[in-house]
Amino acid sequence: GVMAFFSMFVAAAPVDEELIIDGEFNMITRTASPEGHPLSEVTSGWLYRTDETRDQQADSFENPGMLAVEEGEVFWNTVDGSAGKSCASCHDDAATSMKGVGAKYPVWDVASSKPINIEQRINLCRIDNMGAQAWEFDEQGQKPLAAYIKNQSLGLPVSMKLDEGDMQKWWEKGKETYYSRMGQLDFSCANCHEQYNGSYIRADHLSQGNANGFPTFRQKQGTLVSLHSRFQGCIRDTRAEIPEAFSDDMMALEVYVTWRGTGLSVETPAVRQ
Amino acid sequence: MIITTTLALADVTLPDEVVVENLRIEKSLSGSPGDAAQGRKTFADRSLGNCLACHLNSDLSDELFHGNVGPSLDGVATRWKPEQLRTIVVNAKKVFTERTIMPGFYSLDVGEDVREDLIGKTILTAQQVEDVVAYLNTLE
Ligand code: HEC
Ligand code: HEC
Ligand code: HEC
Repeated sequence: GVMAFFSMFVAAAPVDEELIIDGEFNMITRTASPEGHPLSEVTSGWLYRTDETRDQQADSFENPGMLAVEEGEVFWNTVDGSAGKSCASCHDDAATSMKGVGAKYPVWDVASSKPINIEQRINLCRIDNMGAQAWEFDEQGQKPLAAYIKNQSLGLPVSMKLDEGDMQKWWEKGKETYYSRMGQLDFSCANCHEQYNGSYIRADHLSQGNANGFPTFRQKQGTLVSLHSRFQGCIRDTRAEIPEAFSDDMMALEVYVTWRGTGLSVETPAVRQ
Repeated sequence: MIITTTLALADVTLPDEVVVENLRIEKSLSGSPGDAAQGRKTFADRSLGNCLACHLNSDLSDELFHGNVGPSLDGVATRWKPEQLRTIVVNAKKVFTERTIMPGFYSLDVGEDVREDLIGKTILTAQQVEDVVAYLNTLE
């Protein structure tokens, strides 16, 4: 009734709590923003979620996203392609070889003269080093393996290198997109995630829209969700045409959005609503 | 019958014909009065007004989870005249500047890359706007 309806606004600001995963990983969920950032503090989406959702992420046995990470480990060890190799053949134990890797992505790829993300880097190794086929967007092992790799950076701060190749230009293109008003509803990413983070759209507590937890377990969809899928979802909600995953515009957006979360701990697999 | 329909259509103000003067749009966009009861439904409908996404409205407290991006609309009829409410719903930018997040519900001054099937279409029809305005006018 009326009381339940009003009590929802009691905790309007993001919570003031610490995230320690498995009593071991002290997570950075709030930090001073990088230079040039419009906000003074960068905050993780974790802080905007309900008590139950936040608790799930603090315990790996409760985190529904960890099933995908386990799936990813299986892919890591599975031979595929004409070269008869698995990821493990060249990269051995991911806990060692992949530690810190996920926290730096997306990175500049000299060969293609573009930024690449973890999903594309996986495909590159499949094609170049395994004689296997690239995985389509969100298909087969792409999400679980991306989650597995990023999970090896759990707790480490997001930190991309913008001074490699033309990264800076891509960052600028991503920034342009971030601030463009889109669709019939005429919303920009900045409208919701910069101007109104902390406010509610219906029951959704708007966060800063950071990428540090991706791929993320999304309760609404009951599955692991990739970053480009999330971008597509938000853009769909502006009633604009949905751009293709991994297109140049979407890659530029990933570069810029990832940068906006600089300093936050990698949380993959984050648990979100 | 045909003559009535033609006259009725002739009374509709198209989005690019709307005139805003001193924050007011004087005439009904549809040529007909708004229906407040219908407007209440349009207001709450997630695929139409979806106003609760951003606005608290105690008159609809049976609907759970009202947003707070925008101000509460309780008593809004005491703050704005109907002709001004019409302007706000038609194109909030005319009242709150270009920076407002509130969409223009009867405007083609919209964002980039509009979904193909919605190009040239307004979020609400002229009559739906009139109904919503009539409803807002009851919130005292
Ligand atoms: C109309 C509002 C709106 C717009 C516009 C919007 N988003 Fe979102 N976005 C949301 C909501 C609601 C959520 C889920 C709650 C939250 O974490 O903010 C969300 C979540 C996200 C998340 C996940 C955050 C996390 O912690 O898991 C990312 C990333 C994101 N948005 C990026 C974007 C980008 C990039 C754009 C522009 C292309 C955009 N959003 C545009 C409303 C919006
Ligand atoms: C035959 C060898 C081989 C196989 C098999 C292989 N890789 Fe690679 N991988 C490499 C080489 C070589 C590099 C480049 C190392 C460098 O540039 O520092 C690399 C780089 C990477 C990187 C980027 C590391 C960084 O620091 O940026 C990732 C991530 C990666 N591989 C993941 C995978 C995954 C996942 C698989 C299985 C689907 C896989 N690799 C299979 C040889 C291989
Ligand atoms: C995405 C957010 C959003 C949606 C959806 C939205 N509004 Fe608004 N509305 C706002 C904001 C924000 C303001 C305050 C003006 C500003 O700061 O830009 C506002 C202001 C108003 C005002 C003036 C309130 C006052 O007390 O001064 C009215 C009336 C209003 N909106 C009606 C509506 C109606 C009716 C709908 C649905 C047809 C609607 N709004 C949908 C965000 C929204």
